[in-house]
Parts: sequence; C-alpha cells; structure tokens
Amino acid sequence: MRVKKFFAAMLVSAVALTLLAGCGGSGAKSGGADAKTVKVGVFLPLTGDNAAGGELELRGIKLANKLYPEINGKKIELVVADNKSDKAEAANVAARLIEKDKVKVILGSYGSSLAMAAGNIVKEAKVPAIGTSCTNPQVTLNNDYYFRACFIDPFQGTVMANYAFKKGAKKVAIVQEVSNDYAVGLAKFFKDAFEKLGGQVIEVANYQTGDKDFTAILTNIKAKNPDIIFAPGNFTESALLIKQARQLGIKAQFMGGDTWETQEFIDVGGKDVEGIAFSSAFDRERATTAEAKKFMEAYKKEYKGEPSAFNALGYDAYMIAYDAMKRGGTDDSTKIRDAIAATKGLELVTGKTEFDKNGDPLKGAVIKTVKDGKFKYIDFVDVKH
Amino acid sequence: MEFFQAFANMTAASFAQHMANGISLGSLYAMIAIGYTMVYGILLMINFAHGDIVMMACYFAFFGITVFHIPWFMTFIGTIIATALLGVVIERAAYRPLRDAPKNSVLISAIGASFLLENLANYLFSGRPMRFPDIPLLSQNIAVGGGVQIQAICFVIPVITIISLVVLLHIVNHTKTGMAMRAVSKDYEIARVMGINIDNVISITFAIGSAMAAIGAIMWGIRYPGITPMLGVMPGLKCFVAAVVGGIGNIKGAVLGGFILGLGEILIVAFFPQLSGYRDAFAFIVLILILYYKPTGLLGETTTEKV
Repeated sequence: MRVKKFFAAMLVSAVALTLLAGCGGSGAKSGGADAKTVKVGVFLPLTGDNAAGGELELRGIKLANKLYPEINGKKIELVVADNKSDKAEAANVAARLIEKDKVKVILGSYGSSLAMAAGNIVKEAKVPAIGTSCTNPQVTLNNDYYFRACFIDPFQGTVMANYAFKKGAKKVAIVQEVSNDYAVGLAKFFKDAFEKLGGQVIEVANYQTGDKDFTAILTNIKAKNPDIIFAPGNFTESALLIKQARQLGIKAQFMGGDTWETQEFIDVGGKDVEGIAFSSAFDRERATTAEAKKFMEAYKKEYKGEPSAFNALGYDAYMIAYDAMKRGGTDDSTKIRDAIAATKGLELVTGKTEFDKNGDPLKGAVIKTVKDGKFKYIDFVDVKH
Repeated sequence: MEFFQAFANMTAASFAQHMANGISLGSLYAMIAIGYTMVYGILLMINFAHGDIVMMACYFAFFGITVFHIPWFMTFIGTIIATALLGVVIERAAYRPLRDAPKNSVLISAIGASFLLENLANYLFSGRPMRFPDIPLLSQNIAVGGGVQIQAICFVIPVITIISLVVLLHIVNHTKTGMAMRAVSKDYEIARVMGINIDNVISITFAIGSAMAAIGAIMWGIRYPGITPMLGVMPGLKCFVAAVVGGIGNIKGAVLGGFILGLGEILIVAFFPQLSGYRDAFAFIVLILILYYKPTGLLGETTTEKV
C-alpha cells in the first residue's frame, strides 16, 4: 500500500510539474510566434537503447537543414528534443514540442513504439508529424497527422512482387515464417501484388521461428517447379532454408526482405546464398536521384564518412516537410498537413515519393543480392502509383 | 477432397526424397533420445540439460575446426570425449549432491543446469549464429537418379545410429559394466548393498549418453549448419518426446521413437502441405496419444511401483 501511495504522490507531482512547465513555457513565449522563423520539432531518441539510430537520423536532418535553411523567406529553426528511447518520455516530449516550443511540424521518430506514443498528441493538436524510420503499420493507421519517410515492412512484399514480375517470373512459391508478423505481412502483400500483376502463386508453405529442417516443404515445392521462391523471414532460418533447397537441387532464385541484410546471413548461408535478391530502403553504392547525389556529396563533406539508410531517412523526412511548406506557401500546421498528403512525385534521397491514404510513402526500393560473399546493389524498382 | 490432393500428386521421386529426409531426421532424433532414456533408466530423472549438451558439442566441434584448425576427424573424436566429460561434470555438480533428495529437487536442478549452459553459451559465444564447419566429404550432394538428391551425411546418419545402437546394446547386455547398469536401474538401493559402486555406474551412464549426444550433435551440425546457444531447446524437447513414445528407459524404444517422430514430421508435411505450419504440434500430439493409450510407451515395460 505504502509503495502505491508513494508512486501516486510521485505521479501527481510529476503531472503538476509538467503542467507548470507547460504554462511557464507558453507564458514566456506568448506573442512570440516569431515572424522570421519557422520552428520544426525533431523528435528522436538521442539517449537510451535507440540512441545510435536516433543520432544517425539527426545527422541527416541537420544536413538537410544546412542545405535548405530557409522557406518562404523565413529561417527554419530546428528544435531538437530527446525522447530518451522511452515511451512515457516520448509522449511528454511530443507535448512539450507542441505546447511550449510551438513547432509547426515534427520530424521523427526512430522506433515505432516511440512514434506511436506521440500519435494521439499530434493528432489532437493537429500538428503534422513525419516519421523517419518507424516501420510498424500502426503508426500511421487512423492518424491523419502522422506520415513517414520510410516504407512500412509489408510494403517490401509489393516491391519484390514487382521485381519478380519484371524478371519474368510467372509461377512463384511462398515460404513464410508464419510466427513472425513481418514475414507474414511481406508474404501477403507479395501475393496480392503478384496476382494483380497477372502472376500465379502456386504454393504457400509455412514454418516456425527456430525450425531447422525445411526438407519436407522444399521437396513439395521442388515437385511444382516454381520460377522464384519468395521466402521472407529471419536470417538464420532463411539461410538454412536456402542451403537445404540447393542440396535438394532446387535452382529457382530466392527472394526476401531487408532482414537478410546481415553478415550472419552470409556466414551461415555461404556460397548457397549467392544470387538471391531482397529489398532495402537505400544503397549508397548507387544514388538513384539527383537529390541523393547532392545528399551523398554533402554528407561526405560534413561528416567524413559514408551515409547509411538512417541518415538518408532523416534527410528525407526534413525534405518532405520542406516541400510541403514550399508548395503550401505557409507555415500553418493544418495547411502543411494537407500539403504533405498531396505530395506528388517528390524526388528524395530514397526515391520518388508520394503518400497513400494512410500516410505511408509509395516509393521504390533498391534490390540487393549477395555476390562473392558481399551484399551488392543490383536494381531499383519503382512501384506504379 | 482437396485436402488429400497431395496423395494423388505425389511422384515416386518426391516420395523417395521425403523418405530420405525423414530417415535422416529420425536418426538424429534417435541418437539424442538415447541419452534421455539411459539417464532415465538409471536415475528415474529427466535430464533437461541434455539438449544443451548437444548444443555445447556443436560449439566444441565449431571451435576445434574453425578456430583451432584441427583436422575434422580429430576434432570429432575430441568433441565426443569433451562432451562425455561435460556430461559427467554436470552429473557430479548438479545431480550427485541431490542423490538422496526428493525427485523434484533433481528435476529442478536439471532445469537449472539447462539454463546455466544456455546462458553460459550466450555469454561466451554470443547469440549471433555461427556456421558449423563445412566438411565437403559429408555435406556433398549425391544424385541418386530420378531427380532425387541426397546429401552424403544422410546416408551416414542412419548407419552411425544403427552402429551406435548395436554397440550400446552390447555394452548394456554383455559386459560387466552393463550388468551393473541394469542392476542399478532395477533397484539402486539393493545394487548399492550388493557392492556396486553406483556413483561410478551413474558417471559411466552420463558419459555414454553424452557421447551419443555429441555424435548426434556433429551430424546435426553438418546437416543444419547454423549454430546458436538456443539450438538444443527444440531438439531436446522432441527427443524427450521420442524417448517417451518409445518407452522411456528402453534404448531400442528411444531409437524407434526417434524414427517415428522424424518420419512423421516429414511425411505429414509431404501429404498435407496445408499443415506445414503445424509440424511441431505433430510430436506433441503423438506424445499425448501415446500417454493416453500406452503410458509406458511402445516398448516400455509395465513395472509396479515399489514402496
């Protein structure tokens, strides 16, 4: 009981403090809607478990701000807020950005649960937010004010279906890790898109996370002789699956999602995973757009290193907001939101972007393979809008 | 009717391939199940750490070949010896002090030993999967004809399993040590009174059971080359089920149980592809059915509990 009371007291004082801070903040800034600046909130985990990812995205955002510092004659001011990789903190920070700092648009976060914690806050305050690398479909679902720069996990299924079809595949088999939402999502989107394109899915086989023996499902698939096998799933299981397929004499190409992009996949799979194909958001070996070239050069100059996908997504989130403010010709939050929703054919680092009704981007993805024990860029797939 | 469509479409080549897959998986289960059944026969306890002993054996072989570059056959012999020692050490540290304690305490101690090994492996070797060394002689493919391809190891696994079984049965039935083992398993109080050093007999049992696990682990590693600290969990459970199905305490029963489980898992997917996500459930459904209709297992003897 005592402990409970103690926590209750703590909670009450915490709420009171937050409220006070909120009041104080808005009081100080009242009437301070500076005519010369537009405030953009940066909502990222800069400490805690996700700090590494948050830091990369912050670099991307800062770089974009350096290249595009002004809009409609006003200076863009970044208000960087650390959500500490913590859901409760994320909600507080998002509220503070809106209430105290009066930001017009929010960029972030890395991490879906952090973004979801801010979901209702941005929705009620009608301030648009652009997620950087929060890939869970729930982030933007039923929330008109949340958009994102990254594609959602299952979307990769659509991308790979387009790629498989482009490669001339007519009959595919799907092997999915049925206990993994990510894999099931990819498989479903792949099937829908591939059948819509006119292809045929001849078999859908399931396995469980942790399985080691896939010979039974593979022997069944071998008898049906598919052109391509789409097998999204965890990298260890996938590597064993592909190894066993080659042992059984299956020659069909394997395709999967971005979970394969780990060294362990190559370590376990060895020469058997050579020639597979999977989708990924960004590849620095090939800049696909003019914006990407600009980004790559500026990044190398600024940070003396090679940019990663997270840098690119941070940059792109900023550019989506920038483009919307430019087209809208305003810094009114609601109008920025409408302008973001109307984004069309916007050339970004990670490809041409526009949004579906949920606020998820429809854009192309890079396709990579394994060659001589290394990941290699092979193609770029643009999805028909 | 669609449910049975796979029956009609099954070609001879596919069926042969499924059988080869099933026999090699079943042999692997059998090798590991032997260790469970031997320990149970002697101590009337389930050695929950057995699956993790399999995992450790995989890492021993990995370190021998990949890290220390010892020739593979020497590594394998070393692995078998090291794993046998590990089994003896676990028995001495975790089970022997509890020899006269209630059965439940030993069971809990076994679960503790299992967690210890898993977490130790996680700490020492990290959770990232490593690749079991490739031994081309054993991992190469042999085309049998009719489009059927069988890995060399799939021929080796059943042969080694049968040889191990014959050797083991000889030890148990025709040697002095074996006689002592049987005596301890019948009634260890009386065996102790008759002058049998039961601690030694139990150590030997653990050594043999763990050596079998090591042989199983090496073949497992060659067949399924991704090794992680949690590798032993699922095979451990399945092989325990195999031992129970065959009649726990009975060595031939463990081998029979292993084959039933391995073949069953493969063939259920072969004939009912719709059930491919449920194949793990197969092992446990078999267990429930056996426990319901024949609680002592297929080859188990009914014994009256002594008071």
